[in-house]
Amino acid sequence: MTATIGTRVLRREDPALLTGEARFTDDLAIPGALHVHLVRSTVAHGRIRAVDTSGARALPGVVDVVTGAELRDLLAAPLPCAWAVTEDMVAPEHWPLAIDEVRYVGDGITAVLAESREIAQDAAEKVLVDYEDLPVVLDLEAALSGDALVHAELGTNRSYTWELIPDAAAVDAAFAAAAHTVRERYLQQRLIPMAMEPRAIAVVPAPFGGDVTMYSATQVPHFLKIFMAIVTGVPEHKIRVVAPSVGGGFGSKLNIYAEEAICLALAQRTGRAVRWNEERGENAQATIHGRGMIQDIELAADADGRVTAVRVNLLADMGAYLQLVTPGIPLLGAFLYHGVYDVANYSFSCTSVFTNRTPTDAYRGAGRPEATYAIERAMDALATQMGIDPAELRRRNYIRKEQFPYDSPAGLVFDSGDYEAALDQALDRSGYTSLRAEQQARRAEGSSKLLGIGISTFVEMCGLAPSRVLASLRYAGGGWESAVVRVLPTGKVQVVTGSAPHGQAHETCWSMIAADVLQVPMDDIEVLHSDTAIAPHGLDTYGSRSLAVGGTAIHLASERVVDKARAIAAHQLECAEADLEYVGGEFRVKGTPARTLPIQAIAFEAFSAHNLPDGMEPTLEANTVWDPPNFTFPFGVHVAVVEIDAETGAVQLLRYVAVDDCGTRVNPLVIEGQVHGGIVQGVAQALWEEAVYDSDGQLKTSSLTDYLVPSAAELPSFELGHTVTPSPTNPLGVKGIGEAGTIASTPAIVNAVVDALAHLGVRDITMPATPERVWTAIQEATR
Amino acid sequence: MQVSITVNGVARSHDVEPRTLLVQFLREACGLTGTKVGCDTSSCGACTVLFADSEGAAASGHGESVKSCTMFAAQADGGSVTTIEGLAAADGTLHPVQQAFHEHHGLQCGFCTAGMVMAAVSLIDENTNLTERDVRLGLEGNLCRCTGYHNIVQAVLAAAESAS
Repeated sequence: MTATIGTRVLRREDPALLTGEARFTDDLAIPGALHVHLVRSTVAHGRIRAVDTSGARALPGVVDVVTGAELRDLLAAPLPCAWAVTEDMVAPEHWPLAIDEVRYVGDGITAVLAESREIAQDAAEKVLVDYEDLPVVLDLEAALSGDALVHAELGTNRSYTWELIPDAAAVDAAFAAAAHTVRERYLQQRLIPMAMEPRAIAVVPAPFGGDVTMYSATQVPHFLKIFMAIVTGVPEHKIRVVAPSVGGGFGSKLNIYAEEAICLALAQRTGRAVRWNEERGENAQATIHGRGMIQDIELAADADGRVTAVRVNLLADMGAYLQLVTPGIPLLGAFLYHGVYDVANYSFSCTSVFTNRTPTDAYRGAGRPEATYAIERAMDALATQMGIDPAELRRRNYIRKEQFPYDSPAGLVFDSGDYEAALDQALDRSGYTSLRAEQQARRAEGSSKLLGIGISTFVEMCGLAPSRVLASLRYAGGGWESAVVRVLPTGKVQVVTGSAPHGQAHETCWSMIAADVLQVPMDDIEVLHSDTAIAPHGLDTYGSRSLAVGGTAIHLASERVVDKARAIAAHQLECAEADLEYVGGEFRVKGTPARTLPIQAIAFEAFSAHNLPDGMEPTLEANTVWDPPNFTFPFGVHVAVVEIDAETGAVQLLRYVAVDDCGTRVNPLVIEGQVHGGIVQGVAQALWEEAVYDSDGQLKTSSLTDYLVPSAAELPSFELGHTVTPSPTNPLGVKGIGEAGTIASTPAIVNAVVDALAHLGVRDITMPATPERVWTAIQEATR
Repeated sequence: MQVSITVNGVARSHDVEPRTLLVQFLREACGLTGTKVGCDTSSCGACTVLFADSEGAAASGHGESVKSCTMFAAQADGGSVTTIEGLAAADGTLHPVQQAFHEHHGLQCGFCTAGMVMAAVSLIDENTNLTERDVRLGLEGNLCRCTGYHNIVQAVLAAAESAS
């Protein structure tokens, strides 16, 4: 049996998705289901004086109209925030529908339940809401002053201040002694995740017994089951959550949403199936946003450009409420603001404030792209200030490969790495030297087509997460993942995982992992997931965790199956286990090739249980729950080449070279796909995407005509390379690749844009680097 | 109102509201949920299908790509529509564009895939001699959030080459 790991196995998920056979939540046929439509706030902050639902109630086909106070009475608890990052964190109560005040445009006010989607929509339009306008809080720094409050009852807009300052005096001393310092402010604009599938929910009560099934377009069916029990009061054992095919998430479906509680509560109240599907405009307004912070970063460096200290102060925008892990997102970057550099002194502080905007939460990379952006932009600023090539400055500062495992100044242990090898390959693949020569030539001839070359090096902490580390960060849950590997009586295999894919090819890759250990054909393996009745234990998919944590669990469970099979084989072949070898899916008695037992036959023996070793339990099955001992630390070096039209400010991405190291490469085809998609999401932050609010707090980018998700036409093909530095912290040596592209590409692009303009004296461009901003920067620099 | 459309070669006639969109006709009246709705501004292309009017339907081929959220079902009355469910051969053999998407890993979550494949089929129908630039411009009306388009473009180029 040839090993599959490392080969480009085509995805088994594809045929159903390519023929329209796959079912997403909104595709499910549920006869007789009622439809929910929400009336949402059209103002950013207002007191609800009155809600007139009479017009809606009068419409034929309307079953119920529920206001915030009525809904609260149906529930046991408000929506959860699972991450109280400090003991004194300030958190508002967050009910699914606003009760007295609305606090962002899109905040739910009333739920209309009707016999059809169209009737529910029509009725919602007849609900009249009378608002008294309240002052709108949008500016993060002004929010701290507390002159106007998002939540008056809290008495402050500040949610928390979280610090990681191991030795403040040492940091101060490093700055005092520095030959060079840079002090930069970067703005991480708000982003809208815009998964192509909007959210959708269908709740179906069982015809008897009081059980209820919730189908949801979610990344976290297991979280959802637990929190639906807490929020609605329906006992957890009566709730089954299923995530059918899920059309992308990128963190936006890693949450517990108001609509999920509303649908479950209304299904309980009516005894009927209830469904809701999100319109794109609602997706922009009422699904979480990402990023949203002001970053102040300072570097101290010695005369050779070796960075001696990094000091970071963040001011982060929580939005109007704390969603599931809102407060923790900036802190996922807290440990990485020194990047890939060996820096002795470190200081990080984050203050988070409420504003009258959509809540923020996890968006691809979640805290780590922000951290990487700040350090990689600041490194370029230092390089420019010192007149050193940015590649050379990075090389001087890298954590060297012999320093691993590396005790980071923020208290982590980086597992393994060889940053210089990745840099060498990226420079080589991009033809860095000749690119610089071409840039010089264009500048010399006064070309209006300005060439920019941007480098970024990143490391991320993923494989979330060691449960005890999460405890130290005050996160409510654990970070383990579960797996069951079950060889059925006829020799077919079920792999049950607690991870919950939404495009990541888990079915293919988990089959590969099990097939290699069990030595059975991949096609004999079925991967079961995303249904809490089938996979009761799981912590779902986010944070590039599924392979490093969930994949490891499958590998270990498969090994346990082989161990049990070996014991049965030794018993039946009447030899010692040590006399057996496992080759090609069968146990052979060494030196006696005729005496063999294939694992399929052993599975039947384990099922019939006629002749098992004394005391052995029947069936051939094993389960594992893997709690990782450490994070994993993927890394890479990306090089972007842009061309700027000096006359229009338009930025064209000409080339993009990415060298990534995610440890052992399970399926290169899938890895490359993750890198491609990740790169584009990061490029989009650098150049195009921004959730724009006007001064009244109206979201001006609530459709795909206003919010610029890039199409194929804006992008080049990508040039990928890789190095392989296995992680020593799991038996597969894997690290994770889901977020790498996004983490690396945003600073690579902005570094390239600024590099193109550096000779004019431009030192920074605020994201997104729109033609207007770039053109203005050129005008101001050359005035 | 009664609307009659030949969908994937089968005559379908349903009583729908005048405001019913073609995509709703396909998904809700016909139960063909392979065609997706990803936005409400005709921006994302997840609802792309092939359409031929009553004259075009008589000619060979599937018709041209249209965004079925931009058309009323009534506008398609008497015409012919091909959706993702009607693209593979009767024996289940994937259409060359579907096969190319599989081989080149041109899909991840699969939500944009039906629209993307239909747009690509139409693009190749019009011109098999496609450059990378042609493909990128030709798919401008279809958004994908997962793949970064790299492998989609490779898939379409490969399918175009095999069709030429």
